[in-house]
Formats: sequence, structure tokens, C-alpha cells
Amino acid sequence: MINTMECAVDAQSLISISLRKIHNSRTQRGGIKLHKNLLVSYVLRNARQVYMNEKYAEIYRMQQYEEVMTVCNEIQELNPLDLAEDCEEQSGDCCGNVGVSEPASLCCALLPVSHLAAVQSAHIQAPSACSAPLSLQSDEVCKETEPSFYRSCCAEAYPVSNCDFSPVNNNLHCNKTTVLDLDTHVVTTVENGYLHQDCCASLQQCCQSAQSPAKKRKVDFEYYISDIEEVSDFTPCKRAKFEDCSYANSEHLDTSNISNLISIFGSGFSGLVSRQSDFEQALNGQFCSKQALASLGAWTRAIVAF
Amino acid sequence: MAGAGGGSNDVQWCFSQVKGAIDDDVAEADIISTVEFNHSGELLATGDKGGRVVIFQQEIENKSQPQCRSEYNVYSTFQSHEPEFDYLKSLEIEEKINKIRWLPQKNAAQFLLSTNDKTIKLWKISERDKRPEGYNLKEEDGRYIDPNTVTALRVPVFRPMDLMVEASPRRVFANAHTYHINSISINSDHETYLSADDLRINLWHQEITDRSFNIVDIKPANMEELTEVITAAEFHPHQCNTFVYSSSKGTIRLCDMRESALCDKYSKLFEEPEDPSNRSFFSEIISSISDVKFSHNGRYMMTRDYLSVKIWDLNMENRPVETYQVHEYLRSKLCSLYENDCIFDKFECCWNGNDSVVMTGSYNNFFRMFDRGQRRDMTLEASRESSKPRQVLKPRKVCAGGKRKKDEISVDSLDFNKKILHTAWHPQDNIIAVATTNNLYIFQDKVN
Repeated sequence: MINTMECAVDAQSLISISLRKIHNSRTQRGGIKLHKNLLVSYVLRNARQVYMNEKYAEIYRMQQYEEVMTVCNEIQELNPLDLAEDCEEQSGDCCGNVGVSEPASLCCALLPVSHLAAVQSAHIQAPSACSAPLSLQSDEVCKETEPSFYRSCCAEAYPVSNCDFSPVNNNLHCNKTTVLDLDTHVVTTVENGYLHQDCCASLQQCCQSAQSPAKKRKVDFEYYISDIEEVSDFTPCKRAKFEDCSYANSEHLDTSNISNLISIFGSGFSGLVSRQSDFEQALNGQFCSKQALASLGAWTRAIVAF
Repeated sequence: MAGAGGGSNDVQWCFSQVKGAIDDDVAEADIISTVEFNHSGELLATGDKGGRVVIFQQEIENKSQPQCRSEYNVYSTFQSHEPEFDYLKSLEIEEKINKIRWLPQKNAAQFLLSTNDKTIKLWKISERDKRPEGYNLKEEDGRYIDPNTVTALRVPVFRPMDLMVEASPRRVFANAHTYHINSISINSDHETYLSADDLRINLWHQEITDRSFNIVDIKPANMEELTEVITAAEFHPHQCNTFVYSSSKGTIRLCDMRESALCDKYSKLFEEPEDPSNRSFFSEIISSISDVKFSHNGRYMMTRDYLSVKIWDLNMENRPVETYQVHEYLRSKLCSLYENDCIFDKFECCWNGNDSVVMTGSYNNFFRMFDRGQRRDMTLEASRESSKPRQVLKPRKVCAGGKRKKDEISVDSLDFNKKILHTAWHPQDNIIAVATTNNLYIFQDKVN
């Protein structure tokens, strides 16, 4: 685990700084310095791992509470006397059920051991959560017939849910991003919303894994492998072929700014590309570091290829 | 600190000279990028970002007197490299001199190799103190005489003239490196030398410019799989078949050219396992080796990474025999150092003549010496304030935290723009050359 306590700079700002460095290196005299960019890419990778781990841990914890809450509420309506029993049973299901294609259990399976520890403690708290319902905004949401899992984690944090989670509609429009303006070099965080949406979306993707479950899981594992070496069967698209890259169950995230990221890096940064992502032409001069995080599912480092 | 001549007396370092402009406004072209003594120590070469080479010569005032103070004065200055433009890639090639290496002296002239990012040049530095006079067909100023006006013949003779030092390029070794050259090293066979860039090492013959042999190639088939680059390379001082190269991952590979033509398979791999408790966002950066140097006796090699200097025994691969912390107080500042790019600074290191002391640079114009035998270290500063002739340098101390004692400097008041990346030690005597941004300081041990 990376010791993140050593400095006040968090993973997200490190990612912004690193991307800015890579961008600046293009215009430096003497050409792109391979060594420096390689080192910056390692920082990017490390920051991304920490960031992802933190986010997924947070989401998982929220999911735990939400799911138990939902079940408890439903049970409460049925039979108040069986309340405590069922709550525990449900929470046991949650973690023990690896085979079931439920997002929570999938998360269980995928999370590294350190996060499972957090899960364990969440279970312990679950019964009390049942008896004293959490005063979350998601209370109302949980009672809906729609799969409350997805909505809950987003609804809790973001009262305005502008994300559409229906499996059919894969276009998630994000207007809450962290943006680095490459012209003015100003980093602005508009709203911390995108990654949660994206998180749900990729989990959603897991659940839709009717066609190729194995592949999907492997892709999601990418988020948790702490020391990612190159995935031998993973062949990112070359930059020139971004638009042609297609993937069986590709997630059409709104990555409108990602191709600009690629254009920043030049012809060789193909290692950044995930073959899942479908890139559109970029808005000029802007990219979203959060979107970069979310959609670049499998990249491990940014490399300049001459 | 043991001197080059042995003995256990403490060496006291004194200011001797400083070269370069005094004003604080540093022109980028004047930034010193390499420093190197020749094999006798008589000559000291510096290269700068503007592509110039300046050579200083030691003038022994009075050789018979043991307490003589020798001074280095400018001997020759020439423009080694010019900025170039690669039209195919639309890239500018910097003229900055990355490395200078002196060839062993064979005759009256001196030879050195200087390199920028792409091209290595062999320069001949020769003295001229006579010139021919009395030509029949030429006037003294060079105008040709009409042969019809010549009535008598004479034999031209050599007459003494003011000493002139000429530098002329004898060989240009170009177009062999796709990536940026970081090292050159001359083989002990006195015939060949190697040049290393980020991904490849080439072997050259000193006389042949149109051919070089590729002896190491770590470029992966797919550039996305790139995980490390070559950061430095050096030939063994005595074994002409052996060389080492360091990587950005903190490993050193020793290769034997007798094994195969392409030395991609190393003979030895020197690597110290990472301390997991020190893991941070910047672990990869600070473990990248910036310099590797063999000891003069060829038994050890020294590596410099961002925070430490490590001495390796060539017979032991799994860990260094000695590790010296250069500025451990920076470990908690890595975030800021990453933001201001200082974490990418490439510090060099050097051995003294008898391999008993090693030296490397730091920030705030500090440089550090580690006495291997006496297990002592010292921090000194190269500054104009301590530049009175023969002024003894006072050891400095950085206060890492807590109460700052008198004369200590706190970490937060260090000037990270003042860095000493390049240092050199005279091959025999206790004379050191320390390069600050645009000045060259020469220090000597105190003579009574």
C-alpha cells in the first residue's frame, strides 16, 4: 500500500500535475525526454491506484449500508419481529455470495484484502443500521422498485442526480468534473460527481456480463491490482485508430475530452488507451482528469514511442 | 578524512578559485553541465548548456616547493556543439554538453570526447608555440608574391611565438542514437568507447565514425511495455570486456562483451530490494539511478539515486556494501520537489584518488563527502561568501526538524534553485572541482 500520509497533496492533484508535466514536455526544447516521462507515468499510475482504491472502498462501504438498509426496511414492512435475524443474514449473503452476479458481492470478490477488512466492520454495524435507519437521502430511493443499488450510492452524495443509470442508456453525461485548462493552466473542480457515476456504470457493466464475464472481471481487476505489469493480452489501440476501437461490450462513457489527452501526448502514447473506451473529438484545450481516470481502465503508464 | 596520499589526518578544505560570472543573473547558456579532470589532473574541462567547452590548466608555480598552490587558468575555449534541428521529427537538438571524457594521453596533444544528446565529437587540443617564417611565395600576412619577382630562395624557419592552444574536431560520431545520449565511457583498451542513450548502448572505435556496434538494446517490441530506461553506463577501469549500466528502476547490470555480441543478458544484476515501509507515490523516481562510477581500483562501483549514494562490491549483487544518505530530510518534501521538478535532478558522484572518500552534490550549493574508512561525512558549501583566498570551509548542517541550533539551516530555507549536480576530484591530489549553476569552484586541502 502506498503511504499517502507523507504529504498533503492528494492523489487527484498529483494526477493533474503529472498530466500537466507530460503536456509541457511536448513543447520543451530538445524533444520529449523519455526518462522523465516514464517516471511521471509511474507517479500517475501510483496516484491512480490510490485514488481508485479510495473511491471504491468508499463506494463499497456506502453500498453495504445501503443494501442492508434496503433489506431491513423491506423486512420491517413485512415482519418487524424477524428484523434482526434477516439483517444479519442479508449482510452475510452480501459478502459470502461470490457467484451471484450482484454488484455488492462482485465488489466483495474484487476488493483487495485490506478493503475486505472494512467490509467486515461494516457487517458488524449492519444490524444496528437496521434498527436505527440511517438518515440518508437514499431512504426514499431505497424503497423504489428500481435496482436501488446504483442509485443509492450516487443519490447519497449528489442530490441532483443527472445520471441516467438505466442499462439501456449508456450515455452518461457528466457536467461535474475536474478540469485542467491547458491554455491557462488553471485547475478547477466543478463538482465531484463523475467518478461515482462512472463507478456505477462499470459495475453495471459487470452485471451485464452475459457475453464475456471473464473478460469483464479481468478488466475490473485492473483497478485493484497494486502492481500492474503489462497485461499481455491487452493491446491498446494506436492513436490513429481510436475511432475504430470497438469492444464487445464497450461502455460508452462520455469521454469527450479523452482524445485531447491523447493528442497532448502525441503519436506514441498509445499505452494510455483502453480499448474499451470510445473516443470522440475533443473540446479544444480541455480535458477532464476524472474522466481520464475513469475511462482509462487498463493503462499503467504513459510512454512516448518514437 | 583521509587524503589521497593516505594517512588519517583530517583534510581541511579551503577555497582556491572560482570561475564564471559573478552576477546572479544566470544566462542559460552558461549553466555548467559537466566537469571532468584529465588523467593527470593537469587539465580540467567543463561543458555548458551553450555547447561550449572550457579547459583549465593547472599551473604549478613552483614544483620544487611542496607547499605550492597550483591554480587553474583558462587554457582553451571552443564551441563544441551547435544547436541542430531534426527535420524529420521536427525536433530541436540541444547543444548542451552532456558529458566530457578525456582520452589517455599518447603524444603531445590532448584528446577528449564531448557529447550532446545525439552526436559525439573527438576534439584534439594542441599547443602551438612556433610558427614558420620566411616563405618564398607568401608574405608574412599571407598574400601571395608574384613568382616573377622572386630573386633569391631561402628556407623557412620556425620562430617562437606566443603560445596558442588550438582545438580542432578530429572525428564526429553521429546518427547512431535515436534517444538522448546520457553517457560516454572510454575503454581501457584505448581503442574503443561506448555511448549510451535511454534504450541502447553502442560501441565505437575511436578512429571509425561511420560504424558502431550495438551492444545493449532494451527497447521493447511494443513501446507500451517499456518499464525502464538506461540512465548511465561505464566501462570497467581495467577489464576491457566489462561494463555496467544503470537503470531508472534502480538496478545495475554488469555485462561481459565476451559472452555475446549483444549483451542484453547481463552477467550480474545488482539490485537492492525496496523497503516497503518507504513506499510512496514517488518511489520509482527516487530509486532511479542518476550516475554510476567504478572505483579506481575496479573492485567497487558507486551509484547515486535521488536521496542516497550506494557503494557496491562487484562480487555481491543482492545489496550494496555501503549506503550513505545524502539528504534524507528531503524524503518528506518529495511532493513539492515533484511539483517544482527538482525530483528529476540528476546528481553525479565521484571517488577520490585512492577510493577512500566519495563526493556528491546537493541543494543550497551544498556538497557532501563520505569517508568510507572513518565512517564520517561532511557537508560543505560552495558560496561567494566563503570565497576568500585560502579560506577554510566550515562544515554545514541541515536541521531536519525540531529546534534549530545556531549555524544550522532549516530544510525550509534551502534554496532548491542552487544545486550542485556535477563534481570532480583530482585523480591524485586533494583538489576538487564543484560546479554550481554557472560557477566552477575549486577547493584544495589546506597546506600549512
